[in-house]
Amino acid sequence: MFTHVPNYPQIEKIETGIIGFDLISSGGLPKGRTTLVSGTAGSAKTLFAVQFLAEGIQRSGDAGIFVTFEEEPADIRRNVKSLGWDIEAWEAEGKWLFVDASPDPVQDQVESGRYDLGALLARIEYAVAKIGATRLSMDSLGAIFAQFRDAAIVRSELFRIAYVLRQLKVTSIMTSERTQEYGEIGRFGVEEFVADNVLILRNVLEDEKRRRTMEILKYRGTSHQKGEFPFTIVSGRGILAIPLSAMELNQKSSIVRISSGNDDLDRMCGGGFFRDSIILASGATGTGKTLITTEFLKGGAKHGERCLLFAFEESREQLFRNAEGWGIDFEAMETAGLLKVVCAYPESASLEDHLIEMKDIIEHYKPNRIAVDSLSAMERVATPKGFREFVISLTSFIKHQEVAGLFTSTTPTLMGGTSVTETHISTLTDSIILLRYVETNGSMRRGLTVLKMRGSIHDKDILEFNIDGTGMHLGEPFHHITGILAGNPRDVSFG
Amino acid sequence: MTDSQNPAVAWCLRLYIAGQTPKSLAAISNLHRICEEHLAGHFSIEVIDLLENAQLAEGDKIIAIPTLVRKLPEPIRKIIGDLSDTEKTLVGLQLKPKTG
Repeated sequence: MFTHVPNYPQIEKIETGIIGFDLISSGGLPKGRTTLVSGTAGSAKTLFAVQFLAEGIQRSGDAGIFVTFEEEPADIRRNVKSLGWDIEAWEAEGKWLFVDASPDPVQDQVESGRYDLGALLARIEYAVAKIGATRLSMDSLGAIFAQFRDAAIVRSELFRIAYVLRQLKVTSIMTSERTQEYGEIGRFGVEEFVADNVLILRNVLEDEKRRRTMEILKYRGTSHQKGEFPFTIVSGRGILAIPLSAMELNQKSSIVRISSGNDDLDRMCGGGFFRDSIILASGATGTGKTLITTEFLKGGAKHGERCLLFAFEESREQLFRNAEGWGIDFEAMETAGLLKVVCAYPESASLEDHLIEMKDIIEHYKPNRIAVDSLSAMERVATPKGFREFVISLTSFIKHQEVAGLFTSTTPTLMGGTSVTETHISTLTDSIILLRYVETNGSMRRGLTVLKMRGSIHDKDILEFNIDGTGMHLGEPFHHITGILAGNPRDVSFG
Repeated sequence: MTDSQNPAVAWCLRLYIAGQTPKSLAAISNLHRICEEHLAGHFSIEVIDLLENAQLAEGDKIIAIPTLVRKLPEPIRKIIGDLSDTEKTLVGLQLKPKTG
């Protein structure tokens, strides 16, 4: 990583506690400043505003003020209960205070002569002083513009409020609604001038799939990660961002070899896989990917390693029966505490949710080996961009754990071909194993080759292999056949 | 007979201000003038300065300054501004029907 040494004093930031956001923003929200959080309806603006205060209370006991222009406090208290936040309890402890500026539905208001929003400011100042608040959320600007006829007054008063909050050293958020996902920042065209910093939340419909992202558009005088980052909302935890490019390439490389679980394959790889490498096994359906996975897990358990399998294509029963057919006892491995099998349908959750759950399981189980069979099944539930981010994020995460990871990928065509998964992760993986059907003289045979083995010499032949009751057995190379990888095998023994 | 003409109906008005600003002072004098003219003998005015008692703004959910609240007779009505537009103030207090 490049180390950038600035000559000017860096703006101090406070960690929000919103997982992922602090990474994207290189340390959180600028301290004592106002940040605008803008998004369309349903983009989780209010949630962000609530979570900013909730995390402050839970992590460091920071007291917070919630200024609501839209929803009534009772509604907000009720709506966030499901996320595990008990606002009432915090109010009782003097850690949370509402400033209720929500419109009264029955009273209409007449304007006569000049006015300003001095009462709002006085109430905010009073509330901040009362509980010693250091955080403040205002939700949302659109609702306060709607309460008054003169937008110019509201605008200049918002400036005044932001200025006073800065004097009080309160770090604050103002939310604002936009009508389009891409376009001007706020509806009133003035919001971006009120705040030094702008965060955009999006809820985009892409190929019939909803995808939430956040992007820091402006962070005056301070650094941040650029671009859109996917996030998700998890019950009990709130907003979770999935920073991708925020990840650092600082994984260590090990030269310790581990067994693939198959002696023949170990030989081809020059003595086994590296302990903290990512291996991709790619092939058409039925070429033996699940078998390679199963043997990989067996190889781990045999050496007392903890193995974790994420299965997205087959059920637990199917997997255990398959293993038994190849002479491998998954049940015994599980009883010994050396195997954990997690089965899920890709369709059961969004990709972001899957990723978070997988990370949780990995962090709790602390495996030495992780297998994902198959990674390409996840392509079904995501956009190409979302899938690429998922793969990169998962790969980086596993690499950080310094464990071995084996991913399988199903190619869409029976003969040859590559999958999207391969395209996305081939540069991230340390080893690539290709499994291919080879059609010759009216019969279907199977071939395996090690395409890439980072940091090691390996066998470059395409070997024929057979599968029997004891697993996979590699045989002789296909010496007289070319075009196997391209999916167009030709016998050249007489040519 | 309307509420304004009936001396038996007590008018209870509350004016929120923040300090002795020109807007606040204008609102106070405009309010007194209008009340003397239309509600002579049966009104009371309470002035609340939020610089001294900010917490009192919470109950009436006051945002703007000055804000006049008609507490009685019910229903509660709110008029914001320095009350310099007499016509609008009268309409807001329902001392005059809405025209146009």
